Order: sequence, then C-alpha cells, then structure tokens
Amino acid sequence: MSTAVSTSGLAPRDRALEPPVLSPAMIRQPAFREGWRNYYQIALGIASWGLMTGVAMSNSGLSLFEAMLMTVLVFAGTAQLAALPLIVAGAPVWVILVAAFCVNLRFVVFSEHLRNYVMHLPFRERMMFGYLSGDVNYVLFTQRHPHPATHDPQLRGEQVAWYVGNTAANYVNWCVACLTGVLLASTLPTSWGLGFAGTLAVLGVMCAMLDSRMRILTAILAGGVAVMAYALPLKLNLVVAILLSVGICLLLEYTVLRRHVEEQEARQRRQGRP
Amino acid sequence: MSIISVPGQTDWLTILIIIGLTLVTIVSRSFFFISRRNLPMPTWFQRSLKYAPVAALAALVIPEIAVTQGELASWNDARLYGALAGALWYFRRRSVMGTILVGMAVYLPLHLGLGW
Repeated sequence: MSTAVSTSGLAPRDRALEPPVLSPAMIRQPAFREGWRNYYQIALGIASWGLMTGVAMSNSGLSLFEAMLMTVLVFAGTAQLAALPLIVAGAPVWVILVAAFCVNLRFVVFSEHLRNYVMHLPFRERMMFGYLSGDVNYVLFTQRHPHPATHDPQLRGEQVAWYVGNTAANYVNWCVACLTGVLLASTLPTSWGLGFAGTLAVLGVMCAMLDSRMRILTAILAGGVAVMAYALPLKLNLVVAILLSVGICLLLEYTVLRRHVEEQEARQRRQGRP
Repeated sequence: MSIISVPGQTDWLTILIIIGLTLVTIVSRSFFFISRRNLPMPTWFQRSLKYAPVAALAALVIPEIAVTQGELASWNDARLYGALAGALWYFRRRSVMGTILVGMAVYLPLHLGLGW
C-alpha cells in the first residue's frame, strides 16, 4: 500500500544546486531564508508551547542539566511531556521509549510522504532532515511545495533548503522558549503545581485527535484499561492499555466494520490522500 | 525493579532515557528515509497508525488525572476540575493553548486557595 514512487529513477544530485543539509552554502541559499521567514507566522504559538514544556520539565523533578539536555536533544514536545511522568514514576526504559514512539507515530506517516523529497540525499543528511521535522513544518512545507521535484535538481535543492530553513527556525525557537521555561520555573516552588500544565497540554493534544467515533472509542478503552490496570508494576498498564485498545479497534475494523472501512479507504485512495 | 531518582539531581539512568528518546525522535521522523528500498506498509500497520497515538496519549493522561497514589482521585482533587474545564474549552474553541490556560485558571485557585 506504499504511496512512494520508485527512487531508482531519480536525477543524480547536483552539488552546486543542492548543497549538503545545514552547510554554509545551503544557509546562503535564498530558499533557506524564505523557509526561515515563513516560520515567523507560527513562532509565537510554538514559543508559548515550548515555554510551558520547559516549566513542566523543571517541575517534574528533572535536574537543570537533564531538562536542558532533553530540550536540545529530544526536541519533540508531546513525547517529552509524555515521558515526564513515566521517568518520575521510575518506569523501565523500554516502556518509556515504546510510549514515546507511539506518541510519535504521526511522524512515521509524515516521513512516508516526505520520502520523495529526500531520497537523492545520502543517509546522514536524510537523518538530519528527518530529525528536525516538526508537525508545523510538515504542514507549512506541504502547503508551499505540494509536489516533490524528483527530476529537477534546481527546484529539488530549493525545496530541501526551504524545508531545512523552516525546521531550523523551529529548532532555535523551541530551544530558546523551552530553556526560558526551565530557568523560569526553577525559581518557582514546585508545590504550586505548575507542572499540571504539561498534563493539560497532553490532554489537549489527545482531544485534538478525537475526530472520529473509532478514535473516541480508542481513547475511552485505553484510558479505562490504563486506570483499571494501574496496579501493574513497571507502568505496564500503559502497554496493556495501548495493545488492548488498538487491538479491539482493529478487530472491529476487520469484522463488523469491514465493509465500511473498505469503502472509506477506497474513497481516500480516489482522492489521492495517503 | 524500578530506580526512584532523587528530584533535582542528575542521574545516569535519566541521561540514558534522554538519549533513548532522542533516538526515538530520529527513527520516527526519518522512518521511511532509512532504507533506499520501497518498504510496503502492511494494511494492518497502516490501520493501527490511526489508533496508536490517541491510545498512548489517553493511556498516559487519564490515569494522570484520575488516579492519586494508586487510588481513584477523590471528588476534592483540583486536577479533575482543571482537566474537565480544559477539555470542555477544547471542544468549544478547538485550541490546545486555550485548554492549558483555562485548565490552569481553574486548577490553580482550587489547588493553592483550597489546598485540593
């Protein structure tokens, strides 16, 4: 069911038109600056989100160094907020990583779509391109460049530079806002409970995903199972809740809802959506 | 066995988790860039992608709100009212930032003023 086209027929890379990701030559490209400036429209919204994440990290009991390290390395707001209570509760490393990966699964979908823009690049540059990709960049980029220029090195170079400019601006903005939040909150007492803002943020993101009846069912099942299985050790209630709720919804799709789901997927394919 | 870290102190396990989370960021965002071959996505995997993120978030956040120290939260828990206000705000105005602000505006007076 992959929507990706074959990458074997790509035009070879033109080093002059397509400089390495984040090299000085790329930063000098006008497309890089255009992408960077395009980010300004959402900078304030992301900054307040980063500020709040910084406050939540600081209040959860991470040390100053840990909070700063998490900011500049992990660079994924929802996954950071999701991991905090698990770290505090002493959950095993693999449970924390599985939870973060599930939260990040939307990026897997984005990467399938963005694949055709980057497969001419070497591995290390593709990883850098992917690492910097935030949700907002993906949305802005696919509005500006809806079709990958697989055979035109000039346009292809501009597209990559535009995207990296946009994501680099996001990285800088995010880190500055997050670190400001960390430093600000480290001067305030944790008993105020400002860390609850992180819980509310995750709740808000969850509410934003409740766009179909099946997803509402998933959330109710997952939340209910996670509460009922709370006594399980090692935060395994989380793993059980994810497996059970997703499993039940898939089972419904393959049995009672089979006809309905197949019609829906055929409709989406006709409209060319992934 | 779990290792309870001392709040505010740097420990190696947390550093290890942060490095692991960094790898999760890289692998998830570059997932289909890793291999040059066209990996077909099986239908069941594609379908579960619709549900796994919301399942993970619900499984995390609902116990965060509804459970205190292993017990169901009692009626006088400020988090219940903060979360309820935030969720209601979301479904009226569709703003995550508004959810946070309204939720905190309900939570803080109850928590700091009444000690809930």
